[in-house]
Amino acid sequence: MPTLTYRDALNQALREEMQRDPSVFLMGEEVGVYQGAYKVSRGLLEEFGPMRVVDTPIAELGFAGVGVGAAMAGLRPVIEFMTWNFAVLALDQIVNSAAKILYESGGQVPIPIVFRGPNGAALQLAAQHSQAWESWLAHIPGLKVVAPATPADAKGLLKAAIRDDNPVIVLEGEMLYNTKGDVPEGEHVVPIGKADVKRAGTDVTLICHSKTVVPALKAAEQLQEQGVSAEVVDLRSLRPMDEETLVASVVKTNRCVVAEEGWPHCGIGAQVVDIIQREAFDSLDAPVLRVTQADVPMPYNKQLERAAKPSPEKIVAAARRVCYLD
Amino acid sequence: MATTVFMEALSPTMEEGRLVKWHKREGDAVQVGETLAEVETDKAIMDLQARADGILRQVAVAEGQTVPVGKEIAVIVAPGEAVGATPAPAPRPAPASASGSGERGAVPSVTVSAVAPADATRVKASPLAKRMAKEAGVDLKLLQGSGPGGRVVRRDLEGAESRERGAVPTGAPTADAARDVPLPAPRSPDVPGARASYDDVPLTQIRKTIAKRLATSLGPVPHFFLTTEVDMERAAEARDALNRQLGDRGKVSFNDVILKATALALTKHRACNAWFQEDHIRYWNEVHIGMAVAVEDGLITPVIRNADVKPLLEIGREAGDLADKARSRRLQPHEYTGSTFSVSNLGMFDIDQFTAVINPPEAGIIAVGSIVQKPVVVDATVLPRRRMRITMSCDHRVIDGATGAGFLKTLKEMLENPLAMLL
Repeated sequence: MPTLTYRDALNQALREEMQRDPSVFLMGEEVGVYQGAYKVSRGLLEEFGPMRVVDTPIAELGFAGVGVGAAMAGLRPVIEFMTWNFAVLALDQIVNSAAKILYESGGQVPIPIVFRGPNGAALQLAAQHSQAWESWLAHIPGLKVVAPATPADAKGLLKAAIRDDNPVIVLEGEMLYNTKGDVPEGEHVVPIGKADVKRAGTDVTLICHSKTVVPALKAAEQLQEQGVSAEVVDLRSLRPMDEETLVASVVKTNRCVVAEEGWPHCGIGAQVVDIIQREAFDSLDAPVLRVTQADVPMPYNKQLERAAKPSPEKIVAAARRVCYLD
Repeated sequence: MATTVFMEALSPTMEEGRLVKWHKREGDAVQVGETLAEVETDKAIMDLQARADGILRQVAVAEGQTVPVGKEIAVIVAPGEAVGATPAPAPRPAPASASGSGERGAVPSVTVSAVAPADATRVKASPLAKRMAKEAGVDLKLLQGSGPGGRVVRRDLEGAESRERGAVPTGAPTADAARDVPLPAPRSPDVPGARASYDDVPLTQIRKTIAKRLATSLGPVPHFFLTTEVDMERAAEARDALNRQLGDRGKVSFNDVILKATALALTKHRACNAWFQEDHIRYWNEVHIGMAVAVEDGLITPVIRNADVKPLLEIGREAGDLADKARSRRLQPHEYTGSTFSVSNLGMFDIDQFTAVINPPEAGIIAVGSIVQKPVVVDATVLPRRRMRITMSCDHRVIDGATGAGFLKTLKEMLENPLAMLL
């Protein structure tokens, strides 16, 4: 199986889907001539031409709206946001148009659109450019939200998103674009709504998604050295959420920690905890603990930023607490 | 940080405890798990253990004093930690001497005002622990929770199951407990030197529990009684033969034979080896015989576990050990809980026949009378025979007349023909 970076896996998914279906097109800031701010669209303008790889002005609300219109007219747009921090400007089109039109048209007008781009913090991008938006987006009925952590999942979930007849949000990560992994060639579609056990274990379940899969796996290694067998479950899809896999894991381990990049209040982890307490109540040996970003705007200072983010150490500490080891 | 020492629920039904003896004194260093004091519960004298390392301070309960479960009785502070810095909720009486350490063992006799911790009698347990306890039939109240705030968690149950199976915790039964509370006898003030017209004797812990437990039995539990008379000639012959053979290796008593036969008969009548559980009946596959033992001021039923598979000699040895422990009030909770059927024997008191009160949630108990020689017609001849009456009390919600009679018939057959126990 070829080893690809996360960015090239996304590029492969876009290319294959654009080859497969002529109604698929890519639109966003710098996606054409510059080949993408993070080079995800490298080579696509050359291969598919300016009608299908469209550079836009710096106007997120505008091109998101153009995308929704194109989807209403029967095309399958992929809208790239340079980061989800900029996409806040386009939320009206995402929430009020893309997510509502199928409902408000009485099921007559599907919106097969993908909104994608990097989400969450990178390094020292400060408060306005380090935000994790998934709980905002996953809150909205009418949207699907996926957040792949690995190159293989990035390819498989982007392909599934493009083929889906609903608006799908694909949350990528600036710090993930350079990570490498084995990626199946060709037809590799990861179904939306399926979590993935990234590491099997018996003592505690670490639930995470996107970038937090990395610290969660590191935490699991550290825990192993301390005699604690941690299972790492990658949500992959935040809406719909794979209750079955989460519950099965917690029923096995009896203890759970949920990690995410976002803020604690009304976060994705809060939704996970809701599922666990409801569906696995009699299996719980300890309250579920969460590891999140500190409940403050992201600091610019490097040390403060590190202190604010979830880390393997914080996950290990939470896991030890739910195992009553500390 | 200071840790408050509470009067803990050391038995499933304990609501208050009498501090029999402090093993540690004000100012002593203590370690987690060390015995701080001996406490008389409603059932036995148990060790109260330290839950933190540190120095024992603010001992607020004197030996002999009875306080409710959940009552704060001392604190454990870190060495050097100011006592005043403790989070103790209750106001303290000023110690008699400023140093306090001068009078070892002297404790303020003032009762601390009861700003009791929030419902210390409630057992906190994780949902998983509750489920495991239910499935295993373990009483959560018997467990010491190792989680935050004493929460019972999975590992505590895993420990409990292995404890149930074997090793008795080695709580050092030391020092004769001064359990006789001196009671001022009421006197008629007008007649100097006259004998009191009555004595008010406060209920001891065990007497209170007996009162409470038995009132929940004969009242709410619909009892009925079945009596049969058993010919004990062959059982007596068998016992004599066994004892001759054993010589000084041990002795088999009638009681041992009855316990064993009861256990074996129950294996053939599972319907009588059951617990009534309000919304279901638990039919036990194991036979744990509760054996009523009279103690100084009450009675208690220690349990011979798996009596159906234990050899007679072992039953005899265990029965003896448990009875001794019961009389010295040293039974541990696991030794007097979990019986599936009980036997009460008043034969040694020359009682021909009596009825016993069921020990809920069990569904039955047999009351065994004394063995007496009677003229009995055997093959048209009147012969002297040793006879014994057994009366079974049945909980009609579990056992019907014919069901109980069937069990009793098997028991009678086994006693009349001890070889039938081998069948």
